[in-house]
Amino acid sequence: MSQILNDILTVFPNGIEHYLLGGIAIGVGVILIYVLTGTIVGASTGLETIISYRSKIKWFQQEGFVSSRMWRTAFTVGIITGAFIYTIISGGNLWVTEVQWWRLLFGGILVGIGTRLGKGCTSGHGICGLASVSTASLINVVIFVGVAIVVAHAIEIIGVVP
Amino acid sequence: MNSERNTVVVTFIGGIIFGIGLAISKMTHPEVVLDFLQLDDLGLLFVLGGAASVSLIVFQIASRTNRVAPITGKKYSLREREINNDLIFGGVIFGIGWGISGICPGAAFASLGIGNYVILWGIIGMFLGAYGHGILKEYRD
Repeated sequence: MSQILNDILTVFPNGIEHYLLGGIAIGVGVILIYVLTGTIVGASTGLETIISYRSKIKWFQQEGFVSSRMWRTAFTVGIITGAFIYTIISGGNLWVTEVQWWRLLFGGILVGIGTRLGKGCTSGHGICGLASVSTASLINVVIFVGVAIVVAHAIEIIGVVP
Repeated sequence: MNSERNTVVVTFIGGIIFGIGLAISKMTHPEVVLDFLQLDDLGLLFVLGGAASVSLIVFQIASRTNRVAPITGKKYSLREREINNDLIFGGVIFGIGWGISGICPGAAFASLGIGNYVILWGIIGMFLGAYGHGILKEYRD
């Protein structure tokens, strides 16, 4: 019995409460928007709609982006604001990552391409797609989580830390 | 017009709650996401699982009613996408990027909110990637 408990504790070295609580809060945000406006959010489409304010390229000027860019930008600014509010309330300790800049930049470029090609990210396919019991989203999530686990291990093995 | 303004207000407030959730669960820290991907701390499963479960209950109930959303008059629908090569390749490319950086779009923006200015490298990268994809689409069509 205590052996099983120990095994569980090793895969959750930091406990699970804040993960679960945070996850539920994320869901409440999604639900509020869904119930009041009938809109299914996703953070990565926000990238394209923000670009649509500046780029004249036809792809970015499509009706779907231009008509939704106001609320999608509001959603993005809301995310930044919410994390800032939480930081202030919980003592005001700002935090900076130690992950190297080139990992963030090159990884970010691939995240930008991949989420737009696949039409969704962790929030769109991951949360809303799974909540919709969408087969397409389930396929996409299994692929990106699986590939990311392999890549993160490969990077650890070649000795890049962090 | 009023409905458009109210939609913006609601998505902003929803975004705030969403951002608070990302901060509570430390998804704002690429290190925590990389710990999950390296299978050292599986807590992320509870973040995704928690968010998807509560959303699932509401999505499934609402989409089975004939009610419409009060602000927009839109019918409650479910998210459905076509299963095609783009969905697969998009997942692979996103997975490589996520594994390298530990960032995804929502979490990267939230990370900016906790003062992590270094994440701007990642945010610039995501915009470059999304822009590059748009140019690709332009030539393809």
